[in-house]
Amino acid sequence: MSHEGTLLFLIAVLPFVGALLPGLMIRAGRTVCAVSTAVPTLLALIMLLVLAPAVLRGEVVQANIDWLPQLGLSASFFLDGLGLLFAAMILGVGLLITLYARFYLSGDDPMGQFYTYLLLFQGAMLGIVISDNILLLLIFWELTSLSSFLLIGYWKHLPEGRQGARMALAVTGSGGLAMIAGMLILGSVVGSYNLTDILQAGDAIRASEWYLPALILILLGAFTKSAQFPFHFWLPHAMAAPTPVSAYLHSATMVKAGVFLMARMWPALAGTDAWFYIVATTGLITMVIGALIALFKDDLKALLAFSTVSHLGLLTMLLGFGTEAAAVAAVFHIINHLTFKAALFMTAGIVDHETHTRDIKRLGGLRHLMPVTFLIGTVAALSMAGIPLFNGFLSKEMMLEEASHTDWFGSPYAVPILATIGALLSVAYSFRFVSHVFLGPKREDYPNAPHDPPFGMWAAPAILAFLVIVIGVAPFLAEGIVTAAANAITGADLHPHLKIWHGVTPALWMSIVAVLGGAVLLTLHRPLDRAWISAPRPEAKPMFDGLVAALVAASRWITDISHNGAISRYLAIFTITSVLLGFAAYSGSGLAMPTRGLLGVPPVIAVGWIMLIVATVSIVVMHHYRFRALTLLGIIGLSISAGFAYLSAPDLALTQISVETVTIMLLLLALHFLPKVTPKESAIGLRIRDGIIALAAGGGVGSLAYAFMMRDIETISDYHIDNSYEGGGGTNVVNVILVDFRGYDTYGEIIVLGIAGLVIYALMHALLDGPAAKRLKNTDYSQDRSRDRHPLMMVVVTRVLMPIALVVGLYIFLRGHNQPGGGFVAGLVVAIALLMQYMASGFAWTQERKKIEYHTMIGLGVLVAGLTGIGAWLLGQPFLTSAYTYVHLPPIEEFELATAMLFDLGVFLTVLGAVMLMLYSLSRIARFAGETVNVTPMDYDPGGYVTDEEAER
Amino acid sequence: MELIVASTVGVLTAGGVYLLLRLRTFPVILGLALLSYAVNVFLFASGRLAIDQSPILAKYGEATYTDPLPQALVLTAIVISFGMTAVLVMIGLGAYLEAESDRVDIEPEMRDATDKGESA
Repeated sequence: MSHEGTLLFLIAVLPFVGALLPGLMIRAGRTVCAVSTAVPTLLALIMLLVLAPAVLRGEVVQANIDWLPQLGLSASFFLDGLGLLFAAMILGVGLLITLYARFYLSGDDPMGQFYTYLLLFQGAMLGIVISDNILLLLIFWELTSLSSFLLIGYWKHLPEGRQGARMALAVTGSGGLAMIAGMLILGSVVGSYNLTDILQAGDAIRASEWYLPALILILLGAFTKSAQFPFHFWLPHAMAAPTPVSAYLHSATMVKAGVFLMARMWPALAGTDAWFYIVATTGLITMVIGALIALFKDDLKALLAFSTVSHLGLLTMLLGFGTEAAAVAAVFHIINHLTFKAALFMTAGIVDHETHTRDIKRLGGLRHLMPVTFLIGTVAALSMAGIPLFNGFLSKEMMLEEASHTDWFGSPYAVPILATIGALLSVAYSFRFVSHVFLGPKREDYPNAPHDPPFGMWAAPAILAFLVIVIGVAPFLAEGIVTAAANAITGADLHPHLKIWHGVTPALWMSIVAVLGGAVLLTLHRPLDRAWISAPRPEAKPMFDGLVAALVAASRWITDISHNGAISRYLAIFTITSVLLGFAAYSGSGLAMPTRGLLGVPPVIAVGWIMLIVATVSIVVMHHYRFRALTLLGIIGLSISAGFAYLSAPDLALTQISVETVTIMLLLLALHFLPKVTPKESAIGLRIRDGIIALAAGGGVGSLAYAFMMRDIETISDYHIDNSYEGGGGTNVVNVILVDFRGYDTYGEIIVLGIAGLVIYALMHALLDGPAAKRLKNTDYSQDRSRDRHPLMMVVVTRVLMPIALVVGLYIFLRGHNQPGGGFVAGLVVAIALLMQYMASGFAWTQERKKIEYHTMIGLGVLVAGLTGIGAWLLGQPFLTSAYTYVHLPPIEEFELATAMLFDLGVFLTVLGAVMLMLYSLSRIARFAGETVNVTPMDYDPGGYVTDEEAER
Repeated sequence: MELIVASTVGVLTAGGVYLLLRLRTFPVILGLALLSYAVNVFLFASGRLAIDQSPILAKYGEATYTDPLPQALVLTAIVISFGMTAVLVMIGLGAYLEAESDRVDIEPEMRDATDKGESA
């Protein structure tokens, strides 16, 4: 990446990094907080200015970091004239807003939050204007929707703020979704997601049959964001935000994003009839309607909001014209609108701040009390009205000039007349802003006695008003940036000359009509206002609320139908669907001929099979008696282990039999606290329904199993068998697969098992802290209890068995690599050996003799297994490559040492730890339920008894 | 032998599904246990059945072996399904102790109550 590219990348990242600062710095005070917001913005602005000369010369700065090139995803940025213009506006106004907000926000407002949101929003906006990858652009686009939601709803205590934020998010967010679809279409038409490529493929895009859908979808995104009719209604409601937010979002940034996007996509999408009629018409309608509504709004900010809607319509219309001169006018007006509109919003904020009202009907005569504010407001308003020597005049003239020779459906008059009406209304509401707020007699009934605010508050709008005049008087100063941006939009080499006097043109006459007509309209405002208020007109908010309520009702209806809280119902639906899908797959292609014959059945196996079937049917029939059902479950598990052993799967047989034991113990412990009998409550119909579902599922799975068992298959297992000894150093292929070939899977599995153990531990603690604890203490479990809880025979037998079981466990572990066994089985066997002690002598007694915590054991196991895997890295091998050697230690026979055994040790420790932790948790509950704690191995001491007898003798 | 294994899988599945559809936690857990037996045997059988061909390499002479891969997969599946059963048992136990009922479904009147609670 070039030096410039690095700078560009930093510009993109700075606001997001900076967003971390204000939240922290607020502790150091409000001014420090504001400064910490200004610093990243200022840094980014300086970097931008470093890049500016090259961009103004027509160069394009690029920065590119590939992420997933196969998917067309990359973090690529570029800066051309258009991007420079917008980035400068975003950062420049961002800086002014930071200053203004420092004085605007009161001490009760959480300022750190505000500046964090502001920087997030700034970063998202910057991202939009300098992204080179449209997928990246879409992400930033959605980020602006989200961060503006936070900003608009900043005053969380105001319902209007919350509702306005929600409405803005719903409208701009759904437009953004439409735009994603449109952009994806563009990307697939062009074959690249790079904006640079797309902009050069304009002809191919316009010729594609997907052009119109893509155009409409992308315009939906742009129109919702830029508040174009009929999506304009969210913008006025977003005025519930603090004024700095309104000034930032609705003059310079958020709403201009849609305009930016249309300008950006201009070379790819513009120039067709569809573009002209959709974009120019929408813009024209929005301009007139927005201006009309603005004239009759009494809320200062609502007036400005609708005037913004109107001016955005003007910009959209200019871009819709599709001519190069119109593009120049649009760029120039973007700059001018930014300067006067941001100044006006800040003025409105100052008036609100000082008088405590924004209602125009309660204001007037402020020019004596707030001369500075009056001056700033007047300059900005006159510019908005399009009065000569202010910058608004220049771009409005250019707009009228373009409108004057635009045909619309064959009519040469429609556009010029409507544009003039729009301009006329614009003059009227601008004059109204000045005359009804500042002019007129001084009043006695302001809610708060107004005076000019401190310098810090009026400095920002003053700078903007100064720019209004400078550009208005010396427009050639803006020529450089306007040329660069217009060239970036059109791709042409334009040399526009911005000047005040164009001679007596149609546009001048239209302007004169507009100014005079606007002045006349203002004098008639009072009767017109009365007529407006009494006239019926559609209100957007109730319609929007109604739509949202209908959507909520619809989704609630769907949820209630599909998600009614009955698990058995979901499971039934799920099972039926699976069976049907399986049947559909089967009936699609049928079956090939069997290639294998049946194996014979020895009588022992037949007996085992009958036991298993009888046990299963019995469980189903008498599952109400829970204890009995558990016993039957044990029979099934044992039969299956026997089957595994017979069918050449000794490892499975060992695992199954030990898991079976542990499972039954666990269920027994749990059953202690649960009801011992399941009530018979299912209706007969329900039972028949479930029976049919169950038989269908069983029949389907059974026949599937039979079908594939009768046919041969190509497997990858030969590889494992061939390489087990050479590569893995073991003759038990199953174990070698577990610890070597698929060691990564096993590693994941022991982690899952460890997590399961910890989850159970956590659940137990949550349970004992909740209301369940009280219930446990108050329930009488004494009837379940045997009077001799720790019988002598049991204690003695388990003590004797303990070392034997441990040795067996060790043996199974050590031979695992070459013979049936291994870490899983060994872990379970040792767990059972320990559990026997718990059962014989009670929980507390055994717990006292425990040397290591089970959590530690789980962690240690995962760690050992992981370190073994990492060890392979040190030797330059992939993760979990095993190494082995043969050792001869007299007097033992030659034996093998493999790193795989170390891995198996990790498995062993995790399994042991997890199983023990699970059962420990259940016994913990038992102790809570009033189980007495014994410190001796048995309830009475047989030895002591003997001594007593001896003493008697 | 294939018929025996297939019928075992079928019967265990049917029993498991039937118990899964019951209304109390304990039969549901039992059903899940039956179903995991069925699934494990099913997976194991996908390596085809063989007798006296354990995948333990013989030191001397040629021998044929059964497919070891399904066995390895089923081995971990058995252990994991134990872990999951244990978690379910704990959840079921917790639910019973907290709610005084071991029903798995939200009863209609309770459902209405929660709906009201949400909208309030």
